[in-house]
Amino acid sequence: MRVALRGVMVLAIQLTAFGGPVAAPASAGEQSFELVQRGKALVDAGDCMACHTQDQNKPFAGGRRIETPFGTLYSPNITPDRETGIGAWSDEDFYRAMHQGIGPDGARLYPAFPYPYFTKMKHDDVLAIHAYLSTLQPISNPRSNNQLQWPLNHRVFMRGWDMLFFKPGTFAPRTDKSAEWNRGAYLVEGPGHCGACHTPKNFLGADKASEALDGGKLQNWYAPNITNDQHLGVGSWTADEITEYLKTGRNVHSGAAALMSEVVRDSTSKMSDSDLHAMAIYLKDINGKSGTPLPKADQPANDSGRTIYADSCSACHRSNGSGVSHMFPPLAKNANVQSSDPTTVIRVILQGARTAVTDSRPTASSMPSYDWKLSDNDVAAVATYVRNAWGNTAANVTANEVKSLRQHLEATTP
Amino acid sequence: MARKLPSVDVVLVGFGWTASMLAQELTDSGLKVLALERGTWRDTPTDFAVTFVQDELRYYYRKALFQEPAQETLTFRNSASERALPMRELGSFLPASGVGGAGVHWNGQYWRFLPSDFMAQSHNVERYGAGAIPDGMTVQDWGVTYDELEPYYDKFERLCGISGKAGNIKGSIQNGGNPFEGARARDYPNPPMQMTYGPTLFAEAARQIGHKPFACASANMSQPYTNPLGVTLGQCSYCGFCEKYGCGNYSKASPQTTILPVLMRKPNFELRTGSEVIRINHDKNSKRATSVTYVTEQGEEFEQPAEIVVMSAFILHNAHLLLTSGIGTPYDPQTGQGVIGKNYAYQIVSSVDVFFDDKIINPFIGAGALGMAIDEFNGDNFDHTGLGFIGGGYIALWNTNGRPIETHPVPEGTPKWGGKFKKAVAENYLKSATIATHGSVMSHRGNHLDLDPTYRDIHGRPLMRMTFDYTDNEHKMSDYLTDRATEIAKAMKPREFHAKKREGHYSIVPYQTTHNTGGAIMGSDPKSSALNRYLQSWDLHNLFVMGASAFPQNPGYNPTGTIGALTYWAADAIKNQYLKNPGPLVQA
Repeated sequence: MRVALRGVMVLAIQLTAFGGPVAAPASAGEQSFELVQRGKALVDAGDCMACHTQDQNKPFAGGRRIETPFGTLYSPNITPDRETGIGAWSDEDFYRAMHQGIGPDGARLYPAFPYPYFTKMKHDDVLAIHAYLSTLQPISNPRSNNQLQWPLNHRVFMRGWDMLFFKPGTFAPRTDKSAEWNRGAYLVEGPGHCGACHTPKNFLGADKASEALDGGKLQNWYAPNITNDQHLGVGSWTADEITEYLKTGRNVHSGAAALMSEVVRDSTSKMSDSDLHAMAIYLKDINGKSGTPLPKADQPANDSGRTIYADSCSACHRSNGSGVSHMFPPLAKNANVQSSDPTTVIRVILQGARTAVTDSRPTASSMPSYDWKLSDNDVAAVATYVRNAWGNTAANVTANEVKSLRQHLEATTP
Repeated sequence: MARKLPSVDVVLVGFGWTASMLAQELTDSGLKVLALERGTWRDTPTDFAVTFVQDELRYYYRKALFQEPAQETLTFRNSASERALPMRELGSFLPASGVGGAGVHWNGQYWRFLPSDFMAQSHNVERYGAGAIPDGMTVQDWGVTYDELEPYYDKFERLCGISGKAGNIKGSIQNGGNPFEGARARDYPNPPMQMTYGPTLFAEAARQIGHKPFACASANMSQPYTNPLGVTLGQCSYCGFCEKYGCGNYSKASPQTTILPVLMRKPNFELRTGSEVIRINHDKNSKRATSVTYVTEQGEEFEQPAEIVVMSAFILHNAHLLLTSGIGTPYDPQTGQGVIGKNYAYQIVSSVDVFFDDKIINPFIGAGALGMAIDEFNGDNFDHTGLGFIGGGYIALWNTNGRPIETHPVPEGTPKWGGKFKKAVAENYLKSATIATHGSVMSHRGNHLDLDPTYRDIHGRPLMRMTFDYTDNEHKMSDYLTDRATEIAKAMKPREFHAKKREGHYSIVPYQTTHNTGGAIMGSDPKSSALNRYLQSWDLHNLFVMGASAFPQNPGYNPTGTIGALTYWAADAIKNQYLKNPGPLVQA
């Protein structure tokens, strides 16, 4: 068996060396170890895996369904398969897609592919990514058709979108900041594309630049504020605690669940501690909206919420909301719980959640779903209670909000 | 015709506590390990979630987590003069099916055996003379000592996050612990659980009459704990759903909460569920097990070759599989010859109920291993001269639960149903408690396991036949323990109390305990034991048999702690001795 496999590999190498046209003839034969490793690290930092993998046995072969407010997209195959992947792309084809959001055929790409972030990446970093992707096993996986609403189903429309909302440009380091800060800024604003989820969007899906990283809604989750805001963001986290969270999926404040657990699993847990710390330093330097008055629930004394909490939640999250360190997230002082948009709180109560699993934190502590057990009124009451207990303050959650998310989830969750 | 599969380094038959521990150890050594489990995959959030796990009807009365007799059962008789009949419903004991085994639905009561327990034969003869062992009693030494197992007990305690207080650290007696325990290198990894009122009253009364009560060691977490593998358990919420249930809070040590999160991620480990091993294939000439044959839920048969075969199912299945596979010589109670099926033993339990007028016990604030105990009358902690028995047991007041269907304490003489019954339950539910005795069962020539001549299982194999009854030794010992428990009950000054001695023949119907032992016992002589001191088969050197089937008799403690210690002890022998030089680890 092993002998046969080796035979196939030899054949593959020969085909590459002597076969048809090679994508990047200029680099053929040159030493590429450092380049490929740097590309891999950037592919990890960019979490390309998350969107471009549907079947874990076919990494990077695309096909993952991505829900947007404008319809459904399917991610493309970025393995070096020549027919269905990007095997026929040149380095500059690849750079143009990453930097300008334009495919080799001149077609505009949709910003579900976060080129508004990748445009900030250095030319040689982008080529390193291409070099790494070229080493992958080519997998044939034709792309599924996108299901977008008119007029977005016409790619030409994206020319106007780009004119309005997109300016290509490589990241410019700030000389008044440290090298670590600049490295963090580059990673957050460029390959890490944190704002793709954590920055609120306008009605056409573009970032609201003035509210960068203030928290955004996507796929029926609310990605929380990750600025240094004391109340809503990571202001109470130290840089080391942010680093620990990104590396392990846990810290004393929180555990990564849902989409963020994939980010940790596929991306940040594989990044170097120094890069993660640099990102933390940068995030800690983004001021929150200080002076914003804290919202409050209309009915802070919430007896039914307290009763439901004691009965259904306190065993894990404890009666004082402290949770269990690195196991069950604390709810007291939890920014996610107090988010201005309660989508995540409601959704976690309805559907449950499972925290990220990493080598250093292998326990997948999970919260079960309560959708079959708690009514809309019950969920609203307990959500309002946890958002306003133990020093938390946030607007109350209404039964209608719960009802509407519940109906939407039932209709869209497989 | 079975389809033959590519060979693996190690195949594990059954996937509960011992298999998970061995798989973790042996994959660390780089071996490719495959576990075959007849039941299904089970995990905390999907199968034991807090939103539904506290369901008595589903889990206890409808037996959701236990072995189904339709898949496997045994026949039972009290003595050779009776005809054994199939057990068609579970009763006296509750083996599991599925990943994690009975490690999912145990209470979490954790004990080490006494140093003298491992030398039950030689120790008793030395102290009391040859007459201490009556005719027909077949107790044996284990071939391993407490001191040898001590580091492995310790390792298992760290894995599980046992909550307790040491009573003897390196020979120095510790206040608040069990002063009778064997010397240990260090304390438990977590402090004892918070004690509730019932066990506290018991401890006060026991202390008044001169005993030394202590908080029982518990596999329910007294505080959050991260074990040496990096797996985290939460703090117990004292919900009172441990035994017969999976824990929804990640607070009871089980394979799922201590090992599987790490093990299941390893590339050199594989688990196949729905795969029931029906035979160990072996080669008598080379003295090796060659493969196992298993059947899937779809009825397909596979042959899985392996370099090492480990039997890691519940004791009854281990013994049955050895018998049906023709490994070793079956035990014959007439001649005392043979070893497979020999020295089946159990536990003998009794209780004293206490009822108060003025004390609110709140039994529903419970946990499986929440209790206070005394150990004055266990093993050989007391002078047996003139008592007419050997062995003993602990006496404890556990506050395991106040589950509504199971818990309806009523005084003696209350009708079994109707208005008076309901009134008595309402009056007494909050104000009563039970003192339990947990006694040893010495092995006896007639108590054994063999193949039934009449009944067969779904695969056409003979069912296993269990022949078991309590002997005079057990009844005398248990009565003695019940009398001591009654003295404590009196000192608690209840309104009334009622002692329930264990009388007459053993019955397989009412639930007592799942502490079945023996059938493939360990020892130092292949003529009298099935396994050597490393749990290695005397007959096939690459076959190891884990679990309580190796106990030559059953001491007066819960078995899981010692099963864990023996497993790590065997794992160490496999890793550090057997792999370097495959062959018998002890020369017969």
